[in-house]
Amino acid sequence: MSTVVTRLRGRQDRNVWFWVFVGPFFLGLLIFVYIPIVWSVYLSFFDARNTVTPTRFVGLGNYSYLLQDRAFLTSMGTFTVFAAFIVPVTFAGSLGLALLVNKAKVAKAFFRSAFFLPTACSYVIAAMIWRLSFFNGARFGLVNTLLRGLGFDNVNWLGGGNYWYWLVLVTLRLWLQVGFYMILFMAGLQRIPTDTYEAAAIDGARGWNVFRYITFPQLRSTSVAVLLLLLIAAFQAFDEFYNTLISVGGYPPFARPPLVYLYLISLGGGTQDLGLGSAGTIILTVLIAVIGLAQLKIVSLRSKEETS
Amino acid sequence: MSFSRRRFLALTGGLATAAMGVTGCGSNTGRPNSGSSSAGGGGSKPALSQWYHEYGEDGVQEAVERYAKAYDKADITVKWNPGEYEKLVSAALLTDKVPDIFEYGNGPTLDMIKAGQVLDVTDTLGDAKDQFSAPVLAPMIWEDKVWAIPQTVDMQMLYYRKSMLDKAGVQPPQTFDELIDAAKAVKTKDVGGFFAGNDGGLGVLGALLIWSAGFEYLNEGKDGIGFADPAMYDGLAKFREFRKSGGVLESASADWFDAAPFVQGETAMQWTGLWVLPQVQKALGDDFGVIPFPKIGTSGRQAVPIGAFSSVVSAKGTDPDAAKAFIKWLWVDKEDYQVDFSNSYGTHIPAKTALAPKADKLASGAGADAAKFVAEMGHGPDLLWTPATAQAYTTALSNIVLKNADPKGEIAKVDAKAKAEIKRVNG
Repeated sequence: MSTVVTRLRGRQDRNVWFWVFVGPFFLGLLIFVYIPIVWSVYLSFFDARNTVTPTRFVGLGNYSYLLQDRAFLTSMGTFTVFAAFIVPVTFAGSLGLALLVNKAKVAKAFFRSAFFLPTACSYVIAAMIWRLSFFNGARFGLVNTLLRGLGFDNVNWLGGGNYWYWLVLVTLRLWLQVGFYMILFMAGLQRIPTDTYEAAAIDGARGWNVFRYITFPQLRSTSVAVLLLLLIAAFQAFDEFYNTLISVGGYPPFARPPLVYLYLISLGGGTQDLGLGSAGTIILTVLIAVIGLAQLKIVSLRSKEETS
Repeated sequence: MSFSRRRFLALTGGLATAAMGVTGCGSNTGRPNSGSSSAGGGGSKPALSQWYHEYGEDGVQEAVERYAKAYDKADITVKWNPGEYEKLVSAALLTDKVPDIFEYGNGPTLDMIKAGQVLDVTDTLGDAKDQFSAPVLAPMIWEDKVWAIPQTVDMQMLYYRKSMLDKAGVQPPQTFDELIDAAKAVKTKDVGGFFAGNDGGLGVLGALLIWSAGFEYLNEGKDGIGFADPAMYDGLAKFREFRKSGGVLESASADWFDAAPFVQGETAMQWTGLWVLPQVQKALGDDFGVIPFPKIGTSGRQAVPIGAFSSVVSAKGTDPDAAKAFIKWLWVDKEDYQVDFSNSYGTHIPAKTALAPKADKLASGAGADAAKFVAEMGHGPDLLWTPATAQAYTTALSNIVLKNADPKGEIAKVDAKAKAEIKRVNG
């Protein structure tokens, strides 16, 4: 008996300490992440309106409904447009900033902090500032005041009568996240050995060529990680869309990314279709996983080609 | 910015939304910890929780707390809920800690009724049913049972600045064509012609475009929409023309439910609610008037929307019978409180028609006009016009106005959605 207990406790009570440290975290993960995910999967096969313990099994009904639902498919289109803007722009912007700040001779720490600071700001607060102050469509919005001063007309930024809302949404996220990815790139830059640059300099490499043939290839693993993170973050876009565009009349049908659409279906107040909402999140999760894996695969194939 | 109660009132079709708030998880139901009625022995009163959303007018919270305190057959704890109230309620109803009594715009949703989350209060209302305004009560009736008791009636109408219209030489518009012309005529570089929200009226005017063109949400057989008609398509095309005429102010310092854009002179006409009347009177004195939404096309009619926040009893509450007794006491029997609730904080219309003359704010001027509009041209929501159908209609409207989509094709999609929804809820 006692030998069993001793063995279970492990050498120097290692197993006990393992669970003391890991246990609470694991429990939290179980309760707040894994059980809800499993529950969502369960709900997605039921007609679950205004209940979390549904009784009417509908099989794949929720899935087939969503895959034929024009609004859901449009929301995927909205996401694609958003990702097509935000991923390359943030990538280029954060890489550019990282290169500049890395080269800075003075006040490097200051610039690094200054660009990183917006990351600490909440999406909700930033959305409020963008919506109510900068891009307010009324004549006293900040940008409109500037435009009027220059003799232009007011622009109704978020009204949907034009496509200016993309400018609002993209600049907002860019401001919030570019500093974070800059830090990732700076960490990558500092890992490149200086003697590589010295050797290149002796061979006569300058400016663009140094970047093209040394810096960028050496940043490959960082770039892959950044792209993947950016894409996933874009997929999860919710806060800035919801908080810049929601109004009393409801969320407008344009610029509605998948998560906002699913939120309105499942938790929107008037409708509480948890089965449909769950099915949507499962579809999104699978998509993110597939795209992420495909991207990793493509990149690893390319690196194999280059090494062979 | 004063947020009015109407923020949540789904007068335009039950679309549940709120502006920018962030929902907090409400673990506190507001129910006192002293235990439930079943726990207490002889003599102890049941303890009940009652939920309200955050009313914008000063004094409402104190008033409802006062009413609750005055009731001697139960201990009522009022919970005041800032933020996205409807989401808070629907989330709470999924748990075991439900509010015993809660208010909801135009009664509970059909899904709440069908999921068994709320109780039928027909017996509570009893003979008093006939004392309530019929179109107000209509959306709270399902399968001949009443599911909520109306607390107070709210309505919306068009406010205009007399001086600005006079200066431009136009009369208050009676028809939609006149509205288009008037808005263009009064507009200046700094003052918009007509304002109905920062979405250009897509959210709040949707239902009015149906009623003013002479139609109803649903057809007589109640199995599809009631406005798949060429006159409706023409009206929608007219609305698109209006939006592009330059007379519509599409952005202002606040949304349509707030008096600010109108009283600050940002617009000459604004579609907003009766509730802002005291603010408008204070700011503009006599320099304003009110009219219903103008009629559209030859078969049209003027219209105003009405709606009512209503008291609902949870099925899973601690003591449903005590909860029913309380809402009967407050919203059926205590007429002095009902008048106080409607008349003392902002302007509203008592839900029982006989009480309207006792509300002095409705006795003269714009208040009296509003009461007349409600009686003669008031339209309320329809339970079968579900949130999903309302969403489909808003999408159609947005596509027609913003993307130049063909009204007929878009309305056909709304009809398909409505048919599917009606079939679902009847199934």
